[in-house]
Order: sequence, then structure tokens, then C-alpha cells
Amino acid sequence: MSETTDGLAFGSLALALLGGALRVSTPFLFVSLGECITEKSGRINLGLEGTLVLGAMGGYGIALLTGSPWLGVLAAGLCGVLMGLLHGALCSLPKVNDIAVGIALMLFGTGLAFFLGKPLIQPQAPMLPSVELGAWSDSEQLRSALRINVLLPLGLALAGLLHWGFRSSRWGLALRLVGDNAAAARALGYPVVPIRIGATAAGGFLAGVGGAFLSLYYPGSWNEGLSSGQGLMAVALVIFARWSPLRCALAALLFGAAGALGPALQSQGITAGYYLFNAAPYVLTLALMAASWTPGQTLAGAPGELSFTQR
Amino acid sequence: MDALTHTLLAADVQDRGAAVEAYRVTKRFGALTALDDVSMKVEAGSFHCLLGENGAGKSTLVKCLVGYHPPEEGSFMVDGREQAIRSPRDAQRLRIGMVYQHFTLAPGMTVAENLLLARGDLPLRIDWRREKAALATFLASTPFRLDLNARVADLAAGEKQKLEILKQLYLGQRLLILDEPTSVLTPTEADEVLGLLHGMTRDGRLTVMMITHKFREVSAYGDSVTVLRRGKLAGSGRVGELSTQDMAEMMVGSAVSVATAPRRRAADAGRMAGDIRLGVDGLCADNDRGMAAVRELDLVVRAGEIVGIAGVAGNGQKELVEVLLGQRSASGGAVRVDGEAYGATRAELRRHGVFSLPEEPLRNACVPNMSVAENMGLRDFDIAPFSGGWLSLRFLRRGALTRRAKEWIEAFGVRPPDPSAAIENLSGGNVQRAVLARELSGAVRLLIVANPVFGLDFAATEAIHRRLDQARNDGAAILLVSEDLDELLELSDRILVMSEGRIAHQALAGYVDVAEIGRCMAGHGAGGH
Ligand SMILES: Nc1ncnc2c1ncn2[C@@H]1O[C@H](COP(=O)(O)OP(=O)(O)OP(=O)(O)O)[C@@H](O)[C@H]1O
Ligand SMILES: [Mg+2]
Repeated sequence: MSETTDGLAFGSLALALLGGALRVSTPFLFVSLGECITEKSGRINLGLEGTLVLGAMGGYGIALLTGSPWLGVLAAGLCGVLMGLLHGALCSLPKVNDIAVGIALMLFGTGLAFFLGKPLIQPQAPMLPSVELGAWSDSEQLRSALRINVLLPLGLALAGLLHWGFRSSRWGLALRLVGDNAAAARALGYPVVPIRIGATAAGGFLAGVGGAFLSLYYPGSWNEGLSSGQGLMAVALVIFARWSPLRCALAALLFGAAGALGPALQSQGITAGYYLFNAAPYVLTLALMAASWTPGQTLAGAPGELSFTQR
Repeated sequence: MDALTHTLLAADVQDRGAAVEAYRVTKRFGALTALDDVSMKVEAGSFHCLLGENGAGKSTLVKCLVGYHPPEEGSFMVDGREQAIRSPRDAQRLRIGMVYQHFTLAPGMTVAENLLLARGDLPLRIDWRREKAALATFLASTPFRLDLNARVADLAAGEKQKLEILKQLYLGQRLLILDEPTSVLTPTEADEVLGLLHGMTRDGRLTVMMITHKFREVSAYGDSVTVLRRGKLAGSGRVGELSTQDMAEMMVGSAVSVATAPRRRAADAGRMAGDIRLGVDGLCADNDRGMAAVRELDLVVRAGEIVGIAGVAGNGQKELVEVLLGQRSASGGAVRVDGEAYGATRAELRRHGVFSLPEEPLRNACVPNMSVAENMGLRDFDIAPFSGGWLSLRFLRRGALTRRAKEWIEAFGVRPPDPSAAIENLSGGNVQRAVLARELSGAVRLLIVANPVFGLDFAATEAIHRRLDQARNDGAAILLVSEDLDELLELSDRILVMSEGRIAHQALAGYVDVAEIGRCMAGHGAGGH
């Protein structure tokens, strides 16, 4: 094999990875930003996987009914808000553990979505539009890699907004206070429980929107195998990103690229170990979790009220 | 003209410390009467001290005053007018603020953010440039100095205490209540903080009411005192007119001797010490953030001696104690007990008779929501006579646990004397006693103690010091880590000074140069200036 073909193959592999990262990362991005908001308030919502799937189903259904994909996105967000409110309210009862409630809601959300979504498997709903960032190029491969969904720039902008807001807005400071030391927040007169419920609802909204992306853009249909655990991996991603929205965005792109590794290699004609490469995001999750937990050290940047940071 | 004088007067009053009076206050917790018909008076612009034994009701009284839990009976007067204080909000309206016994800061946030959050009326969008400038102006108007951008978790205890006080001053308090503010501080830090507050009361800007167990602080900074005893008013007066002896008698209700034990004589130190019980060789350990906290530390503790470790908090003492107790793994070096390798497992602790009183015992030595009896049984609940029976299935014998707990509660004066109470509901001093009972009643061969009298009243302090001395005379090896130099000077046979994770200085009792120790604690004087 000559040098040039080698270079070409590598270039198109990189392009495929870039395209994959841009395409696949959006649900990671939204779910992790949502989880970031929730965890900053001192609670963990493991149920976002269920929210994601329920949002995908709800969004698809409403888009089908109204003919507008954007109303579908809104509906998906509202499904998420309801799930978030449910989680927030349940966890506010005495002696209720947020992680256990999260697991219950994950099963509840997916189950409900499968149950209500039966009639949605066949019909085709209108899809979200995409933006051609690669129109200037005459390489078809580049154009397809740079064909992104509007939700992606929205999500990236949101990451920036959250980064600013956590430091420089009344809401952000109150949220972080509640997540850092609830007793202090109470002593200062900040309403701990309402803020946490609000943060969980907001997190649910974003996770729902992430779900709408799955059903209304990529892969762009409703079926029961739609999510492959993105909602759960996004939770791990928040820890890896050390609760910073900007790092969440970076990590989401990284996870997107890892998810695109299998298909990208396949498109290069490398089929050996296809399933192995498809497992890349999961392996990455495990590796990153192992790398970010150093025994005997508290996790820098972790909100002090999270149940797993309490010693 | 009249109106103008009036506003001028009002403004004048607003910038002065408040005068506060409590009138016949009673507070009950279920069957327990924590405060019984207590009246007291604090003059405007004075530095008032509230004294009493552990569990006397001091914290309860001031919590009533700040509306944390309103009393059943009685009333409060502020500047001569009766005020209903039903919630912290009411207290804030009257500009009465309290610094609690534990820190109420958000550790993950910066000093500036903590101050701003305390103010409460934040704008939707925070203009940090303007806010920081305003905060810097405010800081300049107080005698306290802090870095606004520092993260609270990175501050030393003294700085956190300053921030707690600053938070209250930022809210414009006219009465500042401090609940044992110096229990977490080194003597130098304590003097600095109290000196600054004292200065503010001299300007008449502030009234301070401080709960303390330290007579030294009362005589150095106090104007007047109120003493509580078992929920009742035991006496009050001006500091100049009451001797330490008088105050101590009011606290315990009978004649006492407050003279501390004489310092160890050199002859005493020359007494033959026994075999090496604890040997630490080149020990290294990291702190929670992965930075080296203990660096190649060597030390030896022999049977029948107390080795004191002095040092400013945060120089690796905490990590050293944690390694010795098995709470933290060492990153290098070796620990030997009785010449054998030691990894602080339960079997080794038992075999070598290692006992300990770590700091913050509620967190480090207790299970907060288990009962006093259960907590007292943590060392030996799994061996006879507390477990056993049928087919050696090792059932727990609760009766035996409770019986022993009753004995210990009696012997160590734990209050309330109820073995089934959850230990987290005991006052700080009583948690300490319950843990001490567990750790000092066994066959102690090696004892590791950190700040053993932290937050205890003088009578309990005396009792514990006597017990430590007794354990030493009975042949135990004791490692005593303390931030209180007086305590170390009184008890230790040898004093080591720890600085930046190393032993910076060693001295035998009787040959101690206190000034030299101070210099070494401050890192050879370099860090202190
Ligand atoms: N929330 C509560 N519920 C039940 N009992 C309480 C409560 N708070 C305090 N007590 C009891 O009231 C009594 C007085 O407690 P308080 O905390 O006022 O003591 P203190 O004088 O501050 O003691 P210390 O010096 O140990 O801090 C104690 O017997 C304590 O157990
Ligand atoms: Mg108290």
C-alpha cells in the first residue's frame, strides 16, 4: 500500500469520525447539560435514559399529529419536564433516595414510551431540518460530515450560556449553593426543595429534547431500539466533565466520535471487529470513569450535596 | 428641625451595637427543659460572654434569640423594646446575626460568591466587576483581610471563621452572636479574630455575644458574663469583678479548683520510658486533593510516655492520624506497632490494644444515627460477651451492650443518661465523652488522640487530662496531636512540632522553649509574616 492511499484513508476516516461526532453527539450534549443542571443542585437523576426515550416517543407522536417537528421538540421537552417533576417531587419526600428513584423512573419512562409508542412504529413523521455547513466544499463526504442539525448549535450555545449563568446569574449561584451545602442555603433563606425540583425539571426538559433529536433527526424514526443507553452514558459524562457545561460539550463530541468509530471503520471497508468498535463508547465510559476516580481523593468540583460525594 | 434631629438620631442608633435583654425564657425539647426561666442582659456595644458546662443550654438560648427555635415562654427586648422573634428572618430584620458552632459556608464556592449569596437580594444578572469592587470596599471598611477569589474549601479554619463573621458584618448586623468561635482555631488565629471583633465593640459599632469554654478569652476580651447551669441562670457580672474561680464555681455549682496540673518536670521526663510501641519510618501520605501532606515522617512512641505533636492545623497532622487509624493509605514508609508491621486492621487493633480518639468524633468515630449504646459497642460488639450463643452464630446481645453503656455513661458523665438516644442528638461535648468512654475503658496499650478536649468545658477537660495521664502511668503509649499548645505542654513527655508534613522540632518536657516552638510552627518564622 502506498503512502498516498494510506493518507487518503486516514483523511476519510477522520472525516467520518468528525461527521459522526457532529451527528451523534447531540443527544449526549442535551442529556449531559440537563444532568449537569440537576447535579449542580445536589441531586442525581439516573432516570434521564427513560426521559430520553419518552421524549423521543412523545416528540415523534406530536410531530406526526401536528405536522410540525418543532412542536414535536417542544412536546418532547414537556414530557421531560413531567418526568423531572416526578423525580424531583418523589425525592423530596423524607428518606427517599434519588438514585433509586432514578432507576425506577428509567424503567418507567422506557416502559411507558414502548407502551404508548406502539402505533408510531410504522408512520413517518416530518423531520427536523438540517444546516449545510459544508456547502462551500465540493467533496460530497465533507458536505455530508458537515450537515448538522439545528439542535447542535443550540446545544453548544446553551453550554456557553450555562457556563456563564452558573457563575454570574442569581439562579446559577442559588443553584450551586443548594447543591454545595443545603444547610447553609436553608440558613440563608434559599428554598432548597423548590430549587432542586426546578433543576430536575429543567434537566428533564433538556433530556426530552435530546430524545426528540433521536426520533426526529438521527436515526429519525420511532422504534424500541432507538436509544442505546445514551441517557445513562451522559450521566457518566457529567462526572468526567467535572460538572462544567463547557467540558460537557467537549465530552459529548468525544463520545459522539467514539460512537461513530464502528460505522466509520466499516465505511472504510474494515469489518473485522465491527461489534467491538461499536462498543467504543461504553469502553470509553468505563475507562474515563476509572481515570476520573482516584481512590482516597475527593472529586474536585463535585457539588458537596451529591449522595456519592458524602463520606 | 425636630424631624431632622429624629432622623439623625435614628441613623446614629442604626450604626451602633444593639442592646439585648432576655426575659424569663423557657425552652423545652419534649420532656427535657433545656432552658428554665432564664433572664439576661447585654449592654449596647459590649463584649458579652456566655458560659456553662456542656449541655447547659448556651446554644439553645442563643438559637432562641435568633429565631432558630422560638422559646415556649418568655420574651426578648432589643434596644429596650419588646420584639417577637419567631424566625431567622425576624432576627435579620432586627439585625441580629449568628455564627454557628459548625461552618455554614458553601465549600465549593468562592469567598465573593459566599458573601453575595448571604446578602440575598441578588440581581438576575450579576456584574462581577462592580460587585467585586463593592465587596473590596466593604472588606476595607472592616479589619478582616481575605482573598475574594479564593475557594472556601482551600481556606484555613481561621479564614473560614473570618468569612463567617464577615458574612454577618456584610448583612449589617448590630448584634453578632458567636457559638464557640475559637474551638476550630489555633490560639494565634483565635487571638487575631477576637481582637478584631473586640476592636469593633470598642468603636461602639457592634455588640458581641460569645459562647466559650475558655476563661482566658473571657478575661482578655469580655466585658461581662452570664453563666448557665443545667438550663438555669447561675449568675452574671462584670469581668473585672468576677475571678476565674467565681465563674467556674457558678458553672459547676460548687467550689472547685481551676488550677491546672503543674507542668511536667524534667526529672519526670528522664524517667525510664519503656519499649517502642509505635514506630513510624519515613511515612508519606497524600491529602484529599492528592498533594503530599505527610513527608518522610519518622517518630517513635514508647510505652509509658505521651508524645505531643504541635502544629498549625493543615500541616499534615490530620493525615498522619488518619493513616495510623487506617482511614487513609500511606503512599510510602512503614508503620510498626510492637515491632510488627501494622496496617490498622481490626485484628491488629485488637491484638496490639490500639485505641483512638480522632478529631470530629461524630464523623470519624461514630455512626450518627445509631444509639449511644451501639456506638459504645463498636469496638467489641462482635466478640463475647456481646455476641455469641447458639451454635456460635454470634448473635448480638443487646442486653449486655446496654448494661455496659449504662456503666460508662455513669462513669464518664454522659448527658442525657439514655443509652438508647441516637448519638447525633447529643451535644458536642457529650459525643466526645461517649467516645472516650469506649476508647479509654479497654486495655489500652497504644492510644492515638487528636484534639481530645475540643469543645469541652473545663471540668470535662480536667477529667480527660487526668485519664490520659492515668493511662500513661499505667504504661500506655500515647500520641497526642493537639492545636492547643498549653494542653501539650501540660501533658506531654516529649513535644514534636509538625510543619509542612515533617517534624520540624523536638523538645523534652521541662526543656521546652515556647518561643522556638512558635517559630517552628510558623515554618521557622517565614510563614508567619
Ligand atoms: N434539637 C434538640 N432536640 C432535643 N434535645 C436537644 C436539642 N438541642 C439541644 N438539646 C438538648 O438540650 C440541652 C442543651 O443543649 P445545648 O446544645 O444548648 O448545650 P450547650 O450548652 O450549647 O452545650 P455544648 O457546650 O456541649 O455545646 C442538651 O441536653 C441537649 O441534649
Ligand atoms: Mg453548644
